[in-house]
Amino acid sequence: MALLRGRGMAAVNYPTGMNLGGDPSQALIHSTPTGAFMIVLSSVDLGQGLRTVMQQIGAEALGVPFDQVHVQTADSDTGPHCMGTFASRATHRVGNAIINAANEAREALFEVAAEELEAAPEDLETDGEGNIRVKGVPERSMSVMDVALAAHFKHGRTISGRGMYIKPKSDVDPETGAMDPDSTEAHACTVAEVEVDTETGHVRVLSLRSAYEIGRALNPALVQGQITGGAWMGMSHALYETTAPYYPAIDHSPADFTNYLMPGAAELPEIESKVLEIPSANGPYGMKGVGEMTANSPIPAIANAITDAIGVQITELPITPEKILKALEEREKQEQEAA
Amino acid sequence: MTPRAITFELNGEPVTTLAEPLEPLQAVVHDRLGLTGTKAGCRQGSCGSCTVQVDGEPVLSCLVPIEHVEGRSVRTIEGLTPEGGELSPLQAAFHEGFATQCGFCSPGMITAASALLERNPNPSREEIIEALSNNVCRCTGIEPIIQAVQDAAARMRALEEAAA
Amino acid sequence: MTTQAKPFDVIGRSQERQEARGHVTGDTVFIDDLKFPRMAHMKAVRSPVPHAKVRGVDFSEAEKVPGYIGHLTHEDVPKNTYTILTLIGVEPDEEKVLAEDRVRYVGEPIAVVVAETEQAAFEAASKVKLDLEELPAVFDVEEALKEDAPVVTHWGTNYFVYEGHECRRIRYGDTEKAKQEADHIISGRYQMSPIEHAPVETTGCIAKPEADGRVTVYTNTQAIFFSLDNTAIILQMPTNKLRFIGGTVGGGFGGKVDVIVEPLATLGALKFNRPIRYVYTREEEMQVSSTRSANRIYITDGVTSDGRIISREVTTYEDAGAYSRHTPYGVTKHAANAAGPYTIPNVSIDVYCVYTNRPPSSAMRGFGVTEASFAIEMQMDRIARELNIDPWELRLRNAYRNGDERPYRKITQDATLVETIQAAAEMAGVELSAELRAMSSDDREGVN
Repeated sequence: MALLRGRGMAAVNYPTGMNLGGDPSQALIHSTPTGAFMIVLSSVDLGQGLRTVMQQIGAEALGVPFDQVHVQTADSDTGPHCMGTFASRATHRVGNAIINAANEAREALFEVAAEELEAAPEDLETDGEGNIRVKGVPERSMSVMDVALAAHFKHGRTISGRGMYIKPKSDVDPETGAMDPDSTEAHACTVAEVEVDTETGHVRVLSLRSAYEIGRALNPALVQGQITGGAWMGMSHALYETTAPYYPAIDHSPADFTNYLMPGAAELPEIESKVLEIPSANGPYGMKGVGEMTANSPIPAIANAITDAIGVQITELPITPEKILKALEEREKQEQEAA
Repeated sequence: MTPRAITFELNGEPVTTLAEPLEPLQAVVHDRLGLTGTKAGCRQGSCGSCTVQVDGEPVLSCLVPIEHVEGRSVRTIEGLTPEGGELSPLQAAFHEGFATQCGFCSPGMITAASALLERNPNPSREEIIEALSNNVCRCTGIEPIIQAVQDAAARMRALEEAAA
Repeated sequence: MTTQAKPFDVIGRSQERQEARGHVTGDTVFIDDLKFPRMAHMKAVRSPVPHAKVRGVDFSEAEKVPGYIGHLTHEDVPKNTYTILTLIGVEPDEEKVLAEDRVRYVGEPIAVVVAETEQAAFEAASKVKLDLEELPAVFDVEEALKEDAPVVTHWGTNYFVYEGHECRRIRYGDTEKAKQEADHIISGRYQMSPIEHAPVETTGCIAKPEADGRVTVYTNTQAIFFSLDNTAIILQMPTNKLRFIGGTVGGGFGGKVDVIVEPLATLGALKFNRPIRYVYTREEEMQVSSTRSANRIYITDGVTSDGRIISREVTTYEDAGAYSRHTPYGVTKHAANAAGPYTIPNVSIDVYCVYTNRPPSSAMRGFGVTEASFAIEMQMDRIARELNIDPWELRLRNAYRNGDERPYRKITQDATLVETIQAAAEMAGVELSAELRAMSSDDREGVN
């Protein structure tokens, strides 16, 4: 009986967007008279931080501080259509829609500011701190708030924008499978180290070291949230959870968290990650989706590490202690028969 | 079962409620008394999102009959939130440490962690893990939560030292 | 969509989430935290068996439960069919909102009851008597395709038909010929069991009739308009009579996109003129709500002795459970990713969407791709072992490059697998040869 260590790796891609496209999202932006920008979406934040990232994109694209923007979500009466939050699509589609809307609003803002500052719109810039100024002449400046006031009460103009992003839906050739499935691909590579107890069959994941290429980390802490949460869920898929522990049998189906096993705090491995940013051709600021990919590379990395540890490849998930012990028993039997 | 008046201390104030003696504490607090921070994720004691403190001890309130807390002190997430809009050091550590994503498990996690830090201002990682072992989180991968509790303990010790 | 040359002002920073304050104080309002005057509770009456004809449903005992308000059966549903994929052009409609003459999985809803309290609704649901004639059932994804398997679907075959084919297929190059040229044939069988999203907050909604005749639905759906449009179609009502409000979700992971509770809650709100709360119990969430599909994947590769994969054949069986939900779409997504991020000149992929008498599977984090990555990377490991080739080298030599054609005939762009693998090797302290370290996604140096 021994503790056997093993290391395994896995490299994966992950596509961004609903397969074949046809999943649009819209955004509406308007400024209040005092230059506070409202971004209205029907999109749904699942806790991954979509709302915050959208606010960051909106602020960046408008050229105003983060706190000068507010994002409203998830009301079908006010929010324009969004396909939904899934398929690692939201930041990509909604982000692009916001940039489009922001460009329109910014154009209106600059046209009013140009009149107020007696300059041409193309000679103006935002300073990222809530002001618009003439390039190279910082004293000829006006706050965004004052521009908005002027727009509303003097010029009779709205500072608003509409944005839409869609990857048009395409078809699959039924004979060849020819298709255009996604907008871009993110990538991940995980190295897992495990320790297998050959007496109990228990697997301890010692470490997960991963590199993620995601185009652009718009909010590094939120990316890290997906990395850590995804790694945990991947580990859970590899070793613990299922609704049918003896598929295809339908019994032993867990009814709550007591029997639906997932790693607890005592099972956490050391997690190390590195984020690479190689901007995509069409994501907002070059980003690629990350929310689903992070659970995928740990799964085969752990399975491959187990193979390295015990010399047998177990190809059915989850790799439970029972499966490990059966595999070890089977191998011992084969070795004895060979001898 | 006939409902009867049951009196206990809730977040520092005496409260009397008319309830059937076996009604779960979570339901009384959440549905009847309107303190919706204590969640029902499973109603079977398997997820920890209903964690409250009874006489300082963390309990799974979906499994606790209301008559069990008669005459005792109950503290929920609302009673762990300072008056006046500031966050407690533990709440701030969770918030700033990105230890909450969907937020559903967070009140239970914070309530359990708070009970730990009350009795043990300098817990080891193992002690934190033990204290959180009844709480399920599906989003964060748990590690940020452990780090938030460690961070909170450090902040609280620093405040103690500053006050001393 | 453009990359700015200057450093960014706002993006790129770890901005804190403002709504997280409410998460840590307990102030964030989830569906279960909402209460409305006269709110009533809805519970489902579900099939206890995996496959049966429904002969009758008797509410007489249920009606006697104190607090009972009423019930809904298929007769009350204006268009009693789930239209989940019709909105993106996939047919046929087959799943019923409430079962009519047949149930096909344990937990399939046959009726819903409405009562004053949740307790009364539970009691009433438990007292509804079902007259069911059990039928043979099938639970395995390959067994279901056998000649003599019990038929699950109403159209007679246990697979989804993809434009005349039994499966979604990709045909690229000539795998038969390539296998003959290969030095080694390496095969593997890989399987995943069903996985539940298991969010800590269960699926739920409250449908509230408004004085002006509209209905407001508070929901934890991941997709507001998707849910609204499907509800409107099922209820045959104008979409602008519905207002869907959400945005606070206690865990999604793909499990809150099936539009399961909103149509019935809304129907109840209209019929009984009360706010109707329909929230899944933990048991319903774990045993009835959709899962990631079970799947079985067979891979046969033709490989040269120096580790080039020149042929890859993949046959995948996805267990859709009793009804389609999103699986026919997921199958196509899986097909696109089933050969992996590698440039292989000959590829043949067959992906079956198979029906069994299990709770329907549907979208889950990684939909279709998780199992592709799992199987492919275990297969790559198998190749590496059998050929005694370093697993890192095997990946890097076969990794796709920009400009390469994928098996589905798209020209690769945004490929960065090579760089990602190199970075992971460095992190893990793995020494790559100079040649491997020099590789790039932008050229085929060192490949062929």
